Amino acid sequence: MERDEMLRLYHQMALIRRLEEAAASLYQEGKIGGFLHLYIGQEAVGCGVVSARRPEDRVITAYRDHGIAIAAGMEARTVLAELLGKATGCSKGKGGSMHMADVSLNFWGGHAIVGAHLPLAAGLALADKYNKTTAATICLFGDGATNIGYFHEAMNLSVVWELPVLWVCENNQYGMGTSIERASAVPEIRQKAHGYGMPNARVDGMDIVQVRKATEAALKHVRTNGPFLLEAVTYRYRGHSMGDPERYRSHEEVTKWEKNDPIGIFHKYLIKNKHATEAELEQSANQAASEIQEAVRFAEESPDPAPEVLFSDVYVKEVG
Amino acid sequence: MPIITMREAISQALWEEMERDERVFILGEEVGVWGGTYAVTRGFYDHFGPERVRDTPIAEGTIVGAANGAAMAGLRPIAEMMTINFAFLAMDQIVNQAAKIHSMFGGQMTIPVVIRAVGGGGRQLGATHSHTPDVIFAHFPGLKVVSPGTPYDAKGLLKAAIRGDDPVLFIENATLYQAKGEVPIEDYIVPIGVSNIQRAGKDVTIVTYSKMLQVSLQAAELLAKEGIEAEVVDLRSLRPLDMQPVIRSFKKTNRAVIAEEGWRSYGIGAEVAVRVYEAALDYVDAPIRRVAQKEVPLPYNRHLEQLALPQVQDVVEAVKGVL
Repeated sequence: MERDEMLRLYHQMALIRRLEEAAASLYQEGKIGGFLHLYIGQEAVGCGVVSARRPEDRVITAYRDHGIAIAAGMEARTVLAELLGKATGCSKGKGGSMHMADVSLNFWGGHAIVGAHLPLAAGLALADKYNKTTAATICLFGDGATNIGYFHEAMNLSVVWELPVLWVCENNQYGMGTSIERASAVPEIRQKAHGYGMPNARVDGMDIVQVRKATEAALKHVRTNGPFLLEAVTYRYRGHSMGDPERYRSHEEVTKWEKNDPIGIFHKYLIKNKHATEAELEQSANQAASEIQEAVRFAEESPDPAPEVLFSDVYVKEVG
Repeated sequence: MPIITMREAISQALWEEMERDERVFILGEEVGVWGGTYAVTRGFYDHFGPERVRDTPIAEGTIVGAANGAAMAGLRPIAEMMTINFAFLAMDQIVNQAAKIHSMFGGQMTIPVVIRAVGGGGRQLGATHSHTPDVIFAHFPGLKVVSPGTPYDAKGLLKAAIRGDDPVLFIENATLYQAKGEVPIEDYIVPIGVSNIQRAGKDVTIVTYSKMLQVSLQAAELLAKEGIEAEVVDLRSLRPLDMQPVIRSFKKTNRAVIAEEGWRSYGIGAEVAVRVYEAALDYVDAPIRRVAQKEVPLPYNRHLEQLALPQVQDVVEAVKGVL
């Protein structure tokens, strides 16, 4: 990675962290409705994976999507406006936290039914293969999604049809409150690829440098040889969603992982290898904080969708 | 005008649209090498090749899901459910993905997908393979649900579905595949969401669609011999539902029977009857009657199965009940 790229990613991770903290506050103030799933702790995965793509590569993810949206190039103000249900949000206030997308950024959502977007990803990749382009589709999902039928159907189909899709499992070790040991027949998600004869890798998802490197290698494989499963082992510091009593894990466990913080790890890496100075990183982090402040202001000042749009976009148009 | 079967009409629509638009392709179980389990796509694989006529694993959720994804990316997939009973396994992709994605992301993505599904009872396939669950799918805004009763409508509606930008569930009744009718050689479409008077009459309005259209037309012939002229309205599309021809007819006849193959409870009969009452209460001369399937899982035994399915005589008796 070039130095500029590393600094850009450091800033992006800090931006996501501040964004999610702001979202948590706005939720507690009652300004965000519905469910809110925070990406805090998993930043190295989204930023590392998505930064390895070419512009023509598609990205699609599950409902823990704010960080992926930022990594795909969405502005924080657009994410926050959607969280507040505003007309200026990426989905015009009709999607909310779990349904962020920006097709112009090749970011295809934000999908809230566990596993349902894996077949969609297969279809996106099928379209690129059909049109004989060199684009790949990157599909992110959690460890919980690997226990549902959709995962197995989509793995199988992607191999049978040799689809250019990179399956990325963000293994944060819990499907809601059920640990992977209690829900999955095998402890490592990558093992599930073996049943489909699919090449695979497991990477430390707290280390963005490793994630980026593994993704580059995986994408190279995907473009020439078809599907690949990359498992990134990570951890979410906050609950599954905002209403999570967290009875399923100990404080000690969370603290242990917090010492392994992805931003902290990258910080140390950049300093140790003299890619950046403390002052530069501090400035980057401060800038992220003020960007989020400004984005929150934008979102709060944005108008609600007009009542007239209630019936718009249900159908495209009539034919004939 | 050539007279062809429903099967040929559907096959022609698919073939002509695939010739017209490179983005159109078919995926589903046994659609390719086999030629379609109902022989609708026979010859397609050899002509269009394996990229455009794609045999899939038996995985309905992912067949529709991959079709949805390909549609998001700009292709125009036609996903085939070998029978509509298997569409229950794809329920999430049909009603929760295809029907929602355009609206939920503020109009950014479109899902120009057609899901063809074969339904209906009467072939001794037992309870799990004999559903007429059309109304379930018609519940969901964002999806269009179409079910033709004639070869002409089948071809025209399917072409409209393929050319349109919205997701369409296209329901074929297996017992209609051999039904014959006039179909022009030249290109045409039948717009989705327009009900149609199939037979003019002045005494009673029969509202129906799909297989029960043919049943109702037969009933109307029997009634005509007794001097009763039934007007038969074919809904053709359950969503959007075009009530105007129904209301116009009802204001003329003041009596109505609604005939559907699915179960009566929460059915199309209930929906249409209430809409008639809402729009034309002052014109009601008799309570509207419904003809539908008996409320049992459809049995295998031929006699029991036919006992459960709505028949010509049921329609005749219902009409006499409202006169």
